[in-house]
Amino acid sequence: MSKSNGTIVGVNGNMLTVQFSDAISQNEVGYAVLDDRRLMSEVVRIKGQFADMQVFEDTAGLRIGGPVEFTGDLLSVELGPGLLTQIFDGLQNPLPRLAEECGFFLQRGMYMDALPRDTKWAFTPVAEVGATLTAGETLGTVPEGIYEHRIMVPFALPGVLTVEEITVAGEFTVTETVAKLKDDRGEIHEVAMMQRWPVKIPITAYSDRLRPDEPLVTKIRLVDTFFPVARGGTYCIPGPFGAGKTVLQQITSRHAEVDIVVIAACGERAGEVVETLREFPEIIDPKTGKSLMERTVIICNTSSMPVAAREASVYTAVTLAEYYRQMGLDVLLLADSTSRWAQALREASGRLEEIPGEEAFPAYLESVIASFYERGGVVTLKDGSRGSVTIGGSVSPAGGNFDEPVTQATLKVVGAFHGLSRARSDARRYPAIDPLDSWSKYPSVVDDDLVENARQILRNGSEIDQMMKVVGEEGTTIDDFLVYLKSEYIDSVFLQQDAFDAVDEATSADRQKHVFQAIADLLNRPMQFENKDAARRFFHQLTQTTKDWNRVRMDAPEFADLQKQLENQVAEVSNHA
Amino acid sequence: MRKVYQEVENIAGNVINIRARDVAYKELAVVESSMGTSLAQVIRLQHDEVSLQVFAGARGIATDARVRFLGHSMRTAFSDNLMGRIFNGGGLPRDNGPALTDNLIEIGGPSVNPSKRIIPTNMVRTGIPMIDVFNTLVESQKLPIFSVAGEPYNELLARIALQAEADVIILGGMGLKHDDYLFFRDTLEESGALSRTVMFVHTASDPIVECLLVPDSALAVAEQFALEGKRVLVLLTDMTNFADAMKEIAITMEQIPSNRGYPGDLYSQLASRYEKAVDFDGAGSITILAATTMPGDDVTHPVPDNTGYITEGQFYLRNGRIEPFGSLSRLKQMVNGDTRDDHRAIMNSMLQLYADYKSTLEKQSMGFRMSEWDGKLLEYGAKFEKGMMDLSVNISLEEALDYGWQILSECFEPMETGIQSKLIDQFWPKDNAGAAEEKPELVEA
Ligand SMILES: Nc1ncnc2c1ncn2[C@@H]1O[C@H](COP(=O)(O)OP(=O)(O)OP(=O)(O)O)[C@@H](O)[C@H]1O
Ligand SMILES: [Mg+2]
Repeated sequence: MSKSNGTIVGVNGNMLTVQFSDAISQNEVGYAVLDDRRLMSEVVRIKGQFADMQVFEDTAGLRIGGPVEFTGDLLSVELGPGLLTQIFDGLQNPLPRLAEECGFFLQRGMYMDALPRDTKWAFTPVAEVGATLTAGETLGTVPEGIYEHRIMVPFALPGVLTVEEITVAGEFTVTETVAKLKDDRGEIHEVAMMQRWPVKIPITAYSDRLRPDEPLVTKIRLVDTFFPVARGGTYCIPGPFGAGKTVLQQITSRHAEVDIVVIAACGERAGEVVETLREFPEIIDPKTGKSLMERTVIICNTSSMPVAAREASVYTAVTLAEYYRQMGLDVLLLADSTSRWAQALREASGRLEEIPGEEAFPAYLESVIASFYERGGVVTLKDGSRGSVTIGGSVSPAGGNFDEPVTQATLKVVGAFHGLSRARSDARRYPAIDPLDSWSKYPSVVDDDLVENARQILRNGSEIDQMMKVVGEEGTTIDDFLVYLKSEYIDSVFLQQDAFDAVDEATSADRQKHVFQAIADLLNRPMQFENKDAARRFFHQLTQTTKDWNRVRMDAPEFADLQKQLENQVAEVSNHA
Repeated sequence: MRKVYQEVENIAGNVINIRARDVAYKELAVVESSMGTSLAQVIRLQHDEVSLQVFAGARGIATDARVRFLGHSMRTAFSDNLMGRIFNGGGLPRDNGPALTDNLIEIGGPSVNPSKRIIPTNMVRTGIPMIDVFNTLVESQKLPIFSVAGEPYNELLARIALQAEADVIILGGMGLKHDDYLFFRDTLEESGALSRTVMFVHTASDPIVECLLVPDSALAVAEQFALEGKRVLVLLTDMTNFADAMKEIAITMEQIPSNRGYPGDLYSQLASRYEKAVDFDGAGSITILAATTMPGDDVTHPVPDNTGYITEGQFYLRNGRIEPFGSLSRLKQMVNGDTRDDHRAIMNSMLQLYADYKSTLEKQSMGFRMSEWDGKLLEYGAKFEKGMMDLSVNISLEEALDYGWQILSECFEPMETGIQSKLIDQFWPKDNAGAAEEKPELVEA
């Protein structure tokens, strides 16, 4: 394809109007040339001989008549060994290496290879000469940290390909040819370990898409037991500022039972990313014995970085997630916050003078959000193994009011809703997921009947609490009061979880099953109290003991002792029943 | 010699349009008219039509005004000569000192590479117990004071600035009342801090476009000092005026508003300023304290709401006090573990009890019966408000912690505080043990 050239005829914020010469395509990348810098831009609208292009950089200094060089390529990322442990910006520039090059500040027009070109990787061939393969099938493998990284037939190659040549095992850089493939028209394709893929197009080189029905254990009790997430499922976390969205995602990124975590810090605080990137290398993942960083990729386009690259950042993140899914791995993508990306769309739409929808968001907001979450899923790969991409996005609704376009559009497409409540975060009841409003369509790690029972207690308890505010404790029956105390008890010892306690911060699925059953049994016993004060005192004591229990490792001897102690405490008030 | 254009085609709001070639986006121009001379900045280019935002406003600009382009974008001078000086938003002197033209730096520069930031670890001492004990301020934090108009937020800012031991103080005033401007100047002068202060001040009577320049000028200068290794404290007051200036300009430019008239990029605009707060890996730091007045005392108003989503917590100033609820320093846990062993315990326990006091107050107002426990809480609440929340209290963190123990011991038994026994043994005032019983029942509803 011949590459087109263009001339700037308009500049409005980060939006350029460009008159172009030869054919160009929607979402094609072009560079606006400014002296010795080239500013990356993307075509977002074409009208006759004019293209509107959003620039991923500050546009100061651009002039009418300035040249634009089109590339013929869509916005793409590099895929290959060496992505794990890295910290990229939204356009996949490695931030630490940029800092080595440019110092303290990001410099516009500075782009670097995402995958280092000089690193050598130990390639072991799997496919044999003469084998016929299709896109996504394995040619060979490379050890990348704790995983066996599959080198696959490039996703963009169509049809059935025959392996003409494949190298013997050896060390190669990502751009060296490791195989030659012949397509059905007889054309030979040289394949290296690195391939490129346009971020806005889902990778579909698998054989089947399945229903997400296996729990993804996050080790957050309120999530796994009450509002579970499934491998390959999608969920959202809307909440007002300061309610705990980011902390919830940080905890999840540490403890979730998945192979790879892709963190997309999209339009939020740089400081929060710094915490992750400084701490993760120090935290040992008990499952692998290696640092958490080894299973993590961070895409970081924080709030003061160029707005247009925010949108790119979530697509970059999901593309990397899909890539590792193709290796039969379970990948979790955490995006914080999807509202910032929606706002970036709104800014661009405003500059394009499109007809605005609600709160000035563009009319296509819903379909864009839907097709993003649609990229989550569990798939059977062509070799029969399974991989998944799970997507969890935080939402930052204006005024903390969920009745706004981004939250509503997201709720339509996700499988679980973890709504954070200001009342709970103000009361320091963390995680502040509202236990009455939230929902999930996925299966829980514990028995459904038990969960339904507990839900009933929580609902009734909350109603009684409301009543008591009006009629006082005096006007409440002891039976009602007991239901209220039980609901507070479940809240304190099971829903709330101490993110700063070494044991309580993560509860395995087995432990959740065990503890939840034990609590249900305790609460099912008939109990009798002389008066409300006695009841309250009893539950305070029971809460204290259960919290101690939560802080003890399951394999420690005290674990059984404390459970015994709980049973005895309950026995005392149920014996004289 | 640069070409002079003398044919203004349109004038709307503060924006003028001319036809010109070879003009760069964001380039500055000088506009001369009968009303005087003003800087203007290119905000839109379309073919040969150039839109310029005139800093001093378009009032009185004639269609034959002279427009001359300068070939660079907005800059401000940077050197130690800035210290003790007062400028307007555009960097021109407001005091009687000379204009500075040496070492010009671009304002509104690029963002810091996140991998060059470090996790902040230094507490900023303010002498205010509601901050030091309960919501510790941390070097490099960005934190607004949410307040209703009329609250003493400027006094609070000035006081923190004087106690904070910063190397350099930079004040950015937006829509400042002239009295408040004089207040800052005099307070800093009296305490001898003016010599390490730089002020960029836009007052309510100055042109609105200059208001927009204040944070960028202030932060650009702050950044340079921080790169020299200095610990810089930036005070921005009032950011709601800054947001309102953006709103006004967006509306006159016929941009589609997103929420109550504010432009859709309000979040990004505020964030690009607040995110200048930084602890550099291998240089100094910038801490940003801002005042954000809440129209109608409504925290869901777009300005405080967007701000809360950007900053690292907020202080609520209400009735002359920093409210313990709603106020939050998100960075406090990075420092309050290393101050004194009892810091976190006192913080948690006193707040918990104060929350209980609040619900007792509610019960009392509903006319419900008050128990003995309620009586203790009522006594405690009064002491807490007087001894900790009152802004006239000015004591060190350690004194405040000691005082906290004293209040607790005057009102409660040790076990009623929920503080772990190890700390009780170490810190509970001995002479007050059991004092609670001797107290008469304070309140009986
Ligand atoms: N699980 C938790 N345990 C203890 N403290 C928490 C927890 N979650 C949140 N917090 C407290 O609340 C503060 C704000 O949390 P967080 O940063 O996650 O909020 P957020 O919802 O992401 O807000 P924003 O929308 O402004 O980014 C934290 O700094 C911490 O002090
Ligand atoms: Mg957050």
